[in-house]
Amino acid sequence: MRKEIRINLGPLEGIPMGQGHCFRIEGEDIAVFRTRNGEIFAVENTCPHMKGPLAEGIIGDGKVVCPLHGHRFDLKTGEGSEASECVRSFEMSIENGNVFIAYVPASEENVPC
Amino acid sequence: MKKRLVVVGNGMAGARMVEEILKRKRDIYEIVMFGAEPYGNYNRILLSNVLNQSQAPDEIFLNPLDWYIENKITLHTGVKVTHIDRKEKKVYALKLAEGDVPYTTGIPEEADTDFISVPYDEVIIATGARPFVPRIKGSDFPGTFLFRTIDDCDLIAEYAKNCEKAVVIGGGLLGLEAARGLMTHDLEVSVVEAADQLMPSQLDTEAGRILERAMGAMGLRVLTKTMTSQIVQKRGKVSRVVFSDGGVLDTDLVVISAGIVPITEVAQRSGLKVNHGILCDDQMRTNDPDIYAVGECVEHRGVTYGLVDPIWQQVNVLADVLCGVNIDAVYTGSITGTKLKVMGVDLASMGEKETEDIDDEILIYRDPNRGIYKKLIVRNNKIHGAILLGDVDLSDGLMQLFMNEKTLPENRAEILFGAVEGTSLFDASDLPNSAQICNCNGVCKGDIIAAIENKNCSSVAAIGTETKAGQGCGSCRGAIAQIISSVVGEVAYDASEHYYVPGVPLEKSQLVREIRSQKLKSVSKVLAILGEGMEDPTTKTGLASLLKTLWPKMYEDQRDARFINDRVHANIQKDGTFSVIPRIVAGVTTPEALLRIAQAAVKYKAKMIKFTGGQRIDLLGIKKEDLPAIWKDIGLPSGHGYTKAFRTVKSCVGTDFCRFGLGNSISLAEQVELRFQGIEAPHKVKMAVTGCPRNCAEAYVKDIGVVAIEGGKWEIYIGGAAGATIRKGDLLCTVGSHEDVLKYTSRFFEYYREHAKYLERTYGFVERIGIDLLKGILIDDSLGICANLEEKMQEAVDAYQDPWKEAEDPVYPFQFEGPKLIEVLEKAENNG
Ligand code: SRM
Ligand SMILES: Cc1cc2nc3c(=O)[nH]c(=O)nc-3n(C[C@H](O)[C@H](O)[C@H](O)COP(=O)(O)OP(=O)(O)OC[C@H]3O[C@@H](n4cnc5c(N)ncnc54)[C@H](O)[C@@H]3O)c2cc1C
Ligand code: SF4
Ligand code: FES
Repeated sequence: MRKEIRINLGPLEGIPMGQGHCFRIEGEDIAVFRTRNGEIFAVENTCPHMKGPLAEGIIGDGKVVCPLHGHRFDLKTGEGSEASECVRSFEMSIENGNVFIAYVPASEENVPC
Repeated sequence: MKKRLVVVGNGMAGARMVEEILKRKRDIYEIVMFGAEPYGNYNRILLSNVLNQSQAPDEIFLNPLDWYIENKITLHTGVKVTHIDRKEKKVYALKLAEGDVPYTTGIPEEADTDFISVPYDEVIIATGARPFVPRIKGSDFPGTFLFRTIDDCDLIAEYAKNCEKAVVIGGGLLGLEAARGLMTHDLEVSVVEAADQLMPSQLDTEAGRILERAMGAMGLRVLTKTMTSQIVQKRGKVSRVVFSDGGVLDTDLVVISAGIVPITEVAQRSGLKVNHGILCDDQMRTNDPDIYAVGECVEHRGVTYGLVDPIWQQVNVLADVLCGVNIDAVYTGSITGTKLKVMGVDLASMGEKETEDIDDEILIYRDPNRGIYKKLIVRNNKIHGAILLGDVDLSDGLMQLFMNEKTLPENRAEILFGAVEGTSLFDASDLPNSAQICNCNGVCKGDIIAAIENKNCSSVAAIGTETKAGQGCGSCRGAIAQIISSVVGEVAYDASEHYYVPGVPLEKSQLVREIRSQKLKSVSKVLAILGEGMEDPTTKTGLASLLKTLWPKMYEDQRDARFINDRVHANIQKDGTFSVIPRIVAGVTTPEALLRIAQAAVKYKAKMIKFTGGQRIDLLGIKKEDLPAIWKDIGLPSGHGYTKAFRTVKSCVGTDFCRFGLGNSISLAEQVELRFQGIEAPHKVKMAVTGCPRNCAEAYVKDIGVVAIEGGKWEIYIGGAAGATIRKGDLLCTVGSHEDVLKYTSRFFEYYREHAKYLERTYGFVERIGIDLLKGILIDDSLGICANLEEKMQEAVDAYQDPWKEAEDPVYPFQFEGPKLIEVLEKAENNG
């Protein structure tokens, strides 16, 4: 069974405009992004290629580019540009200016690809 | 009814075999594969990279497990075939236990009932080879390894953690690759070779000796003419090796790499004919008409192979035969060549290494000081053997001439040193379709032609997207262009190759005009107004750089358009930490600055302190959170070692100290560096000022280089390079004063900033525009723009701010913060 935990990550302004920021939830690093048109996305922070920090990547076209070797990941689905490389993505919402994540810990049923 | 094909061995030959069959006919076979290794198929060649840690194991997979599912192939992993019952027409196999080595000769000890048996119509044996282990006492002691599989690499890496010394037995191709790989695990490595030289099967004595010197210079100890007779253990672990002459060498780890032997037990137990390898005819058929063999387990016309090229050829022939595409296809043997994949040593060899035939032409070129040795054996105007050591630029061309048995050009110098400009050593359009063009991604000419004909690819870039050809080292791009033009007449002009950035369909001059006339001052505005509705990530960094150049003070800086390095003013490292390179003007520093740097390195636990190739100091492995504090402690401005901007000015000691000094290179270098520090450009700009033409500061090969000459004069060179490309700069002008040096370098620098494409270094730019035209524009002022160039550069100089000042005052919240810890207090669980 999937255990979903809704967590408040604090005010929207905690994430710089158009960028990502890394949050450590239950010991896991999650990259949360805020696009210029006001959307919020979250994916695992650790790039499946060679562990690059995705929160430091440039975003655009609904994707984040890993800062180390440029592999790309879809912010919504976590799908990667390279075969058999993808990351988990999370449902996000904004309430009263606060960012909420529906966090699901990694488990065997919850593998991205 | 589909026929059932059973493939024994899921390595490079087995998996490629199935790929080639599926490419030709998808519906004639139901395919069952057995692989003794617990994985899908990976590129065994790249194990050298896995061992030397430049690639992770999961990066070398060719056919991941999904591939088998997608293609409806039944794959048994970790299962070893024991024999084939040819009467019953069944293949028998047993599951290996975890940790069992897949390539041992034995069969797992299991009850008969545990056999997996699969009926077949046809079988292909592709069991490969195993490492050869010479008779050495103690070769099974813990700490002794072989080098054949991913698991071997993992075991070696794990064991190496507690070792200081390693010995590799065998100085052949694989032994040297293993030795180099072990060095990356911080081991002191020795290679022991029984013959009197390294790589005896590929190199002549002289090349062997030069290679030995090169390996020695890398810190590898080489012992030739040394036979290992015994491995000795202490407390259950390897502790030394003993040689037949009585000598000993202490060691913690041993890798045996003394050659390979074909794996033939399955064939033997099934009553097939086996000599050194499994005997096959010219269609890869064994003596049973329903059983075939391909790869390293095969002996064909008396030859066994240990390389992949012959496999690709065997597999193509067999696929043609089995699929009925060409039932008369024959394999007649392969001509092979090899390259040593050891970082820092360039070596290629093909064919014969020595000749006795007095009619053969032997061409030799030696340049011992530079470690270069080239030898060609030519017979009937064709290459029969070649060794290239120290300089392998031509090896791809030579390999093509050799493998395709092409006639050589009359001018032999061309073969050794490359063709004269404009002509080409070989023409790809003459090659057969099976010739491999892209050696990095294994793409043949036929694949490229198919992409041109079936997918309408007509530019090199389009071929790359379709087939991956040309996307490795890039050295085959010329050959791809030749093939395109031989098929469709000419290589397409791909307008997008000329856009300044991919997301805005304008060339740079048009883009600059639009930005200026519409007064667009931020990346998001440019994208909204000139873009194609896409917020392409790579486009953003290019636009940010250009806007900063165009609007030095008025630019609206959006940090999200910058690469991480430019957000935090430090270079990101492979582990996510950063490097800190302070500005050390002209390479000259003071005891006080050094003390501060040393203290900061201790305080912030720098993982390494290194003198860079740019005459300054790099503190590596600094945490993002510590950047502001370390900058403050060091108290020097940013050296911009992380960004596309003006970087360094190297200098030499010049007139103050050197007996040959003709001009005060240090004071001029300081003036230049203080003027241009931090100015943004389409790519890095590096300079040097050197006190005489002996060129100790390497000014001839810098983006801008200044050289003092007799008579109190300075020469200014532009477009030099000594990175991925080597180019001597072109002389722009000779001037008589420091002021004039600043004036003309300002003109060139600004002109480059305004006109170069994003990520075009000056070496490409100067070559594209041409030095004569540049002299006209920048010296004779033929366009009347020089005053403006100087003015614009002055504006940029005035707008300079040390980015490390952001330590005091971050420009956006959390700029220098690490992960934010989230305490989960109440868990609102939801079983959605
Ligand atoms: C630190 C340093 C190596 C060293 O330990 O000495 C270095 C380190 C890097 N160089 Fe370099 N280069 C360094 C001197 C050079 C030099 C020598 C020089 O500056 O005199 C060259 C040849 C000259 C030149 O610039 O072409 C050089 C040619 C390159 C190139 C090839 C550029 C080209 O077009 O030929 C790259 C790749 C690129 O720019 O795309 C590169 C890229 C890199 C990067 C930034 C790769 C990256 O993106 O992470 C390396 C950062 C390593 C890290 O993790 O911090 N580095 N690099 C040197 C810093 C010099 C400095 O003080 O600023
Ligand atoms: C470190 C290293 C570097 C190399 N570098 C190069 C290079 O630069 N250039 C080059 O051309 N070549 C290179 N080679 C050689 C190249 O890898 C081989 O030529 C190629 O892998 C041979 O393919 P194969 O399918 O015949 O054998 P393999 O790739 O070994 O595949 C055979 C597979 O069959 C399995 N198997 C064996 N017996 C059974 C059984 N009874 N039942 C089920 N499965 C079985 C084995 O476990 C193995 O997985 C290198 C090899 C190594 C080890
Ligand atoms: S980019 Fe420069 S520093 Fe990095 S590995 Fe290559 S040569 Fe060395
Ligand atoms: S680590 Fe992300 S692309 Fe390499």
